[in-house]
Amino acid sequence: MRPKLMEQVEELRGINSVKIKEASEGGKKVVGMYCVFSPQEIALAADAIPVTLCGTKQEPIEEAEKELPRNLCPLIKSSYGFAITDKCPYFYFSDVLLAETTCDGKKKMYELMGKIKPMHIMNLPQTAEGEEALEYWRKEMIRFKSFLEEKFGVEITEEKLRDAIKLANRERKAMKRLHELNAHKPAPLTGMDMMLAQWLKGFNVDKEAGIRLIEELIEEVEKQIEEGKFAFDENAPRVLLTGVPIGSGSEKVLKILEEAGASVVVLENCTGYKSLDVMVDEEKEPMLALAEKYLATPCSCLTPNTARLDLIERLAKEYQVDGVLDLTWQACHTYNIESFTVKNFVKDQLNLPFLQIETDYSESDVGQIKVRVEAFLESFIETAK
Amino acid sequence: MYSIGIDIGSVAGKAVIFDGKEVIGKKILPTGWSPKETGTKILADILKEVRIERNQVKSIVGTGYGRVALPFIEKKVTEITCHGRGAYYLDNSIRTVIDIGGQDSKVIKLNEKGNIVDFLMNDKCAAGTGRFLQVMSNALEIDISELSQIASGAEAENINSMCTVFAESEVISLMAQGAKKEGIAAGLLQSVANRTNGLVSRVGIEDRVFFSGGVSKNSLLKNMLEKKIGVDIYSSDLSQFIGAIGAAVIGFEDE
Ligand code: SF4
Ligand code: SF4
Repeated sequence: MRPKLMEQVEELRGINSVKIKEASEGGKKVVGMYCVFSPQEIALAADAIPVTLCGTKQEPIEEAEKELPRNLCPLIKSSYGFAITDKCPYFYFSDVLLAETTCDGKKKMYELMGKIKPMHIMNLPQTAEGEEALEYWRKEMIRFKSFLEEKFGVEITEEKLRDAIKLANRERKAMKRLHELNAHKPAPLTGMDMMLAQWLKGFNVDKEAGIRLIEELIEEVEKQIEEGKFAFDENAPRVLLTGVPIGSGSEKVLKILEEAGASVVVLENCTGYKSLDVMVDEEKEPMLALAEKYLATPCSCLTPNTARLDLIERLAKEYQVDGVLDLTWQACHTYNIESFTVKNFVKDQLNLPFLQIETDYSESDVGQIKVRVEAFLESFIETAK
Repeated sequence: MYSIGIDIGSVAGKAVIFDGKEVIGKKILPTGWSPKETGTKILADILKEVRIERNQVKSIVGTGYGRVALPFIEKKVTEITCHGRGAYYLDNSIRTVIDIGGQDSKVIKLNEKGNIVDFLMNDKCAAGTGRFLQVMSNALEIDISELSQIASGAEAENINSMCTVFAESEVISLMAQGAKKEGIAAGLLQSVANRTNGLVSRVGIEDRVFFSGGVSKNSLLKNMLEKKIGVDIYSSDLSQFIGAIGAAVIGFEDE
């Protein structure tokens, strides 16, 4: 049974787009961000509103393809398409943009996007290993802080940073607790609802209100668990979804999985659990603490990225999953190449069925994906017999 | 009691009837425009042929792309699972199934229990499928059934394009340059063998290998494929029916 509060969570979409307008017109600054490497705390400490601009919809892609190669990751095309068509209210109200040198496609696209709005680029190291990488990334944090201070004419004090860190940690903790509810067998929430709740947090203008709503939702779901009300029955195959980020508009494969009867219990991707696993250390010097936290993101843009395998292993056990699906966007080199490593790891080390789906945001291949997904699920239902 | 498996593919609808041990009847019809009509007709036909009443059949399982259109089935199972189960039923030492159908090609890996451990499918474009050979046969102005015979013994021309559209113009320009039909035909089969090998090597080959689907009737292609992947491959008269057989076996086992 779907928790009643999910409706309110969904309404956030409309509410936030009005709120962002009001806030912007009321003089609040807005920082648009594209990735979970973006330290939202620094924006919060500058008394600005951080919002996620990562493109998850097909619509603006056609426009984007007039300037970008067609054979490019849909997430990059969608993000750019929203920027040039100005159809996204959050982009429209963003005063500055923050981007990182993650994958090649994104960083070259950002060069073009930077001509539309003031943009700051944080140089992400290629690796998370070693003191030098951390030190480099810490300096990038400082550089971003100075950028905002100068742009917005504010001073970002240590105290403000510490408050922002606490606030963002509280949000993370709430989202993490929500995600962990699905460790219960059977799962109380569908993967679709989990995705929505996690994705919508990126647009919360009022973080406190967002946290409160999630805490209420957790209470409601906990009650449902006690009453034995679940989203799926005991026998539904439990799937861990890993790979590229997804949001409303790019949830095709998640939807197909659940329509075929799977219960997607873990979203290991960066729009799901990945960013919630580690908190920012509230004791340490803020810039160092932020650098540590964000560099600990097991994204395929970093090399090596063995931390992703460790995370998959841990989550697969905690959530008692029956299979792993790796979703990769077309023309995404980092995830597509890494998929082979993930496949071998899942099959040989975890002894679990594995399927990779490479696709884009369009609906053209829904039929073909269905066959693969259904066969994938059949393979472990048959094995279970 | 009996079970029936119906496999509605892009080119043909296939049905078999199974008594728990043997396949006691089989039927094939062109799919035509309506998978639903084909399915209904093939069911009526096969029951009539083996003189079995509908109420003696405990389960009907549908598979193939047209399975969703069948109103009378108890259960639908994907062609991937059914092909795996069907091949395993025919020979339980089969570990790899290569299936080249009209619209897609797939490689399925089985474990010693006949369960699917991995699979890969090419269905985005016609490259390496029966459809590819059909279009090319048209370009050569021959019937697809003659392809193997014409090509046998000929030195294969190099066909570089995998894409059906580009390969077609390549074939036409080869003909314009005076290349022989025989060589082009051999080149086309070689190109399908190469493409299939690409798919196979991504999944990894494990002995014994079974070859199914409409295209598996082409003996020259089978030889080319054997050379390419380096192991013997097996086929069967029933190979076109393995999807339907798998469906019937699954239906019989289900309670
Ligand atoms: S996958 Fe990596 S680079 Fe892409 S948005 Fe997520 S964290 Fe950023
Ligand atoms: S999905 Fe891959 S290609 Fe697309 S933005 Fe993320 S890392 Fe880059």
